[in-house]
Amino acid sequence: MSTSNVELPAWIEVILIPVLNICLALFFAGLIIFAIGESPLEAVGIMLNGAFGYDEGVGYTLYYTTNFIFTGLAVAIAFHARLFNIGGEGQAYIGGLGVGLAFLLLDGYLPTVLLLPIGIIAAALFGAAWAFIPAWLQAYRGSHIVITTIMFNFIASAVMVYLLVNVLIKPGSMSPETREFSQSSWMPFMHEMLAVVGIDVTRTPLNLSFILALVCCLLVWIYIWKTRWGYALRTAGQSEAAAVYAGIKPKRIIIITMCISGALAGMVAVNEVMGVHHRVILNFTAGYGFTGIAVALMGRNHPVGIILASLLFGVLYQGGAELAFEMPKITREMVVAIQGLIILFSGALALMLRPAMVKIWLAIMPARAVAQHG
Amino acid sequence: MDSLLNAQTVLSTLDATLRVSTPLILCAMAGLFSERSGIIDISLEGKMLFAAFAAGAVAAVTGSPWLALAAGMLISTVLSLLHGFACITTRGDQVVSGLAINVLASGLTIVLGIAWFSQGGQTPALASDARFMPLELPFIEQIGNLPFIGPFLEIVISGHNLLVYVALIAVPITWWVVYKTRFGLRLRAVGENPLAVDTAGISVSLLRYKAVVIAGVLCGIAGTYLAIAQNAAFAREMTAGQGYIALAAMIFGKWRPVPALLACLMFGFLDAVAIRLQGVPLPGIGEVPVQLIQALPYLLTVILLAGFIGKAVAPKAIGVPFAKER
Repeated sequence: MSTSNVELPAWIEVILIPVLNICLALFFAGLIIFAIGESPLEAVGIMLNGAFGYDEGVGYTLYYTTNFIFTGLAVAIAFHARLFNIGGEGQAYIGGLGVGLAFLLLDGYLPTVLLLPIGIIAAALFGAAWAFIPAWLQAYRGSHIVITTIMFNFIASAVMVYLLVNVLIKPGSMSPETREFSQSSWMPFMHEMLAVVGIDVTRTPLNLSFILALVCCLLVWIYIWKTRWGYALRTAGQSEAAAVYAGIKPKRIIIITMCISGALAGMVAVNEVMGVHHRVILNFTAGYGFTGIAVALMGRNHPVGIILASLLFGVLYQGGAELAFEMPKITREMVVAIQGLIILFSGALALMLRPAMVKIWLAIMPARAVAQHG
Repeated sequence: MDSLLNAQTVLSTLDATLRVSTPLILCAMAGLFSERSGIIDISLEGKMLFAAFAAGAVAAVTGSPWLALAAGMLISTVLSLLHGFACITTRGDQVVSGLAINVLASGLTIVLGIAWFSQGGQTPALASDARFMPLELPFIEQIGNLPFIGPFLEIVISGHNLLVYVALIAVPITWWVVYKTRFGLRLRAVGENPLAVDTAGISVSLLRYKAVVIAGVLCGIAGTYLAIAQNAAFAREMTAGQGYIALAAMIFGKWRPVPALLACLMFGFLDAVAIRLQGVPLPGIGEVPVQLIQALPYLLTVILLAGFIGKAVAPKAIGVPFAKER
């Protein structure tokens, strides 16, 4: 009997199976650590302590979380329209170009109250523009958005290397990066803001972008579930034919959704360029765009799930740094491997456990199952 | 300009083209088998990377290039089967599955490399008897004296290692299998209309599993080539996007073996030329940024997919999991 058309209660579909999938991923991660010859439990202890044990660790954890919320939301909103945006990495990188150009031109002339919004808008606009081209090509020329966004990651990388090496480089400097922007354009650090209200915490890269990320979560939630645009987006994602019948233009949805997605990915530049480096450097995106895919899959494309998944990845990144320090045999790339396992189990193999769950459910709930089929 | 265009330079550029195209050709053929059966394969990169690591590690430990080749093909096939299990058996998302393999390979090869060899993710450098070394074709010295064709054969065709020739032979074999055998006919049918294949009483799943296994073997050879033939050790992230370039080449070749080969050679040529053109102004154009040449394969593929140079039509059933009716 085919199991795919048997309905399971929501708590099994939405909570039990996803949690089991994550457990499987973490189990295999533990197995890898065990195979290397270290104790997985000890590793978890070191990671948690590194991530939450002291206020500096918490600051770093939330700083990483900020990036993952942005890229996770970017992937998720596209998923709702059944678009797979693998291009978050490139969109974030080009977002950095937007911030860089805006500040290289303006940071000497304008006050902070104007510079911060301009930087945020520039990051969003440039990220959106880099997503617009693949979206337009998908909508009007029929090219596959997955392939185009992959290609655009590489093109973004080439563009940025060229610009940083030849055009935007600080005059007289050897390393390919822009000059430092004036302090008036810096995103306020969390430790500075807390110091104003009398709370003393250690200096970390955590900055105001974290709050911006939470606001974006709220806005995305409202957009997808509480507006007619979001309704159109979800309808187009469910069935293009139904959307057309309802008077929704799927081509327009593709373009608007991808632009929002690109804008969200571009926000990584707000955290990294405006918040931490205060200049555009090579590869500041460091794979955060790809992590966004794991975050969205794990968070089941819901802002609340994305915050939780981002926090988990924040812990993995910060705790992983600590782990690499404490256990020399384990390196930071372990986090990348765990990320791969999570994409595998929460994404590719998301349906693996379902048939077994259906069997168990039917075994313990025979009466209800009969009633359903009756 | 003279130095750029004399015969010796042209021939040695073509020689380099063949060397950098080899992994692209193998991976493009791998992608072709998989995608013709209806399974999207963006995991060429990850399979090749993991195979390179396995080959580098086994060659370093055993000293045997043949065991290394077997290890490379094995690990890549295991990853292919994982991809197959996710896409065919559990009917998961094919792009997500491919991405998972790429990310997993990118992380795990470094983690295991550092844990086992403690050389920052590299495998130990190999002696030449643990590698596939250049082969001289028989009588090549006499042939090399022939006018025109002689130097071409001597410099461009001869003097490569075995796996380069394997890649070149893989193309006609792929063509023959896909277009001239019963398996190939079914393979093409299952990528276009799996329901029809199923109705004819042929297992769609088994056909697709066969296709991904072939893809795994070919990616395994490509990875082995990188680690123990073209180079003398595995280095972290050594595939450096070549799996994606191969994917682009396969799409550029419109899912057909010979055009895909030509696309691989073109992309390989761009790569070989990029190094030579660095800092050299071209007449009438000026200095071409090396990044532009590096991005050209991706740009051309985007332009092709957009339908501005001919039309690339993917197999119809690609990316759609097949649910057998009962």
